[in-house]
Amino acid sequence: MPSMEHVAHPQQRAFNPYTENGGTILAIAGADFTVIAGDTRQSEGYSIQTRYAPKVFRLTDRAVLAVNGFAADGNMFVKKVKQRLEWYRHAHAKDMPLRAIARLIQTMLYAQRFFPYYVYNILGGIEDDGTGAVYSFDPVGSYEREACRAAGAAQSLVQPFLDNQIYFKNQQAAPGQTHPSHLPLPDVLSIVIDSFTSATERHIEVGDGLEMYIVLAKGRNTQGMESLHGVQELSSKLDGERVFVVRRELKKD
Amino acid sequence: MDHFPTNWGRPRNDAFDHYNTYPIPVRPQNNAFADSVQRTQQPIVTGTSVLGLKYKDGIMIASDTLASYGSLARFKDIKRLHQVGDFTAIGASGDMSDFQALQRDLESLIISEEVTEQDGHKLGPKEIHEYLSNVLYGKRCKMDPLWNSVIVGGFKDGERFLAYVDLLGTTYTSSTIATGYGAYIAQPLLRKAVEGKEDVLTEAEARKILEDCLRVLFYRDARSLDKYQIATVNASGPSISDSIKLETSWGFAEGIRGYGAQTQ
Repeated sequence: MPSMEHVAHPQQRAFNPYTENGGTILAIAGADFTVIAGDTRQSEGYSIQTRYAPKVFRLTDRAVLAVNGFAADGNMFVKKVKQRLEWYRHAHAKDMPLRAIARLIQTMLYAQRFFPYYVYNILGGIEDDGTGAVYSFDPVGSYEREACRAAGAAQSLVQPFLDNQIYFKNQQAAPGQTHPSHLPLPDVLSIVIDSFTSATERHIEVGDGLEMYIVLAKGRNTQGMESLHGVQELSSKLDGERVFVVRRELKKD
Repeated sequence: MDHFPTNWGRPRNDAFDHYNTYPIPVRPQNNAFADSVQRTQQPIVTGTSVLGLKYKDGIMIASDTLASYGSLARFKDIKRLHQVGDFTAIGASGDMSDFQALQRDLESLIISEEVTEQDGHKLGPKEIHEYLSNVLYGKRCKMDPLWNSVIVGGFKDGERFLAYVDLLGTTYTSSTIATGYGAYIAQPLLRKAVEGKEDVLTEAEARKILEDCLRVLFYRDARSLDKYQIATVNASGPSISDSIKLETSWGFAEGIRGYGAQTQ
């Protein structure tokens, strides 16, 4: 009887299904708000493909997702997350809670463990208990809740700055005082804007435009946003959590 | 006798599952040609750059008419621009056989839409672009890519649309787009001429900009040709020109060694 052994031939292919599209994303959680931001440049190699390709997306009134890495995978992933959230809404007549979205993203990423979405995700928003939250993921779904996170091309420039400014690493508190565990909204907003202007200066893949989403806990007033101009509200109702977007120009060179 | 109809008409492989012992869903593949099936692993007959821009009344896409076989200028009158439906034009660089397969695919899409013609909905450039990006992204996920960079442009409901999609499924929109070599040579010229002027450029000015860019490309891109087409899409729908000869001047080369006839 002939051998039933299957001989596997090793194959090598020239086609690489991945590319890197640059850009940087960032999220910072406050006591009762979260700021999620990303630049709007999309590039491949040394070429700028477009100066406006959003990387930050409103999922619900209390959840915003930022995606960075391979843009085609990122867009497809966001599309599928939004679809799952819509199904949830039809099944349960409410929006999925933030921690549940985080776990959903983990399972969706890990489902692709052996052909991963080459995407770094940062999920920001408001938890059921009204606190600001940031969840960060790696491409295959490992995740944790944090107070702040930067990802993407300029992660190595921005994250140390956040460690210093948000976590007060390498800073000594004044005698008899302690560092605050959460910063107020105006401080967070200026740290975010400074992070992106600095990353734009030093990283070629960052620039063109800045898109900042601000999520406020239920009942919180807009105090701290007065100084911002061009704020646009995206909330679907006024008595729940509220979402705002602010756009700023960044250097285009 | 083989009692499984799915095996009928296929080459027999007696070395494998001779007695049909497997249930149908888990039956091992019995395709004698499996080793001979090849996917596109590299483009063969290729088209070079495609350029696209927005102007006052719509969008324009331009490309030359050359399909190269490596460095051989193999087919010199290949149409790389294509009309899709009533509002859209596309242009492709990369593998021309893959592009022609895409054209047939889009043609059958348009035909299958005719069934629901009465519903008052028609496929516009946005839908065509979404469809194309899903096709191309789907193929890349199967590691069986359609080796193209495609510019999709159109005009529907008073709105201009210009976008890009490539073999990886990467997409973006911009007021100027250039693929291939054009991304390095023509894109800076296009941006300088178009950005901020999308709403004032006339059709004649837009055409002039594209012609100038194609000329620079012909001077510098060794896989290009001095024969081109321009697709215009505006409120009155898409129109694709015939092949046009590009006017070039080589007078400057007279005295430069390496260009004209050698004198020593």
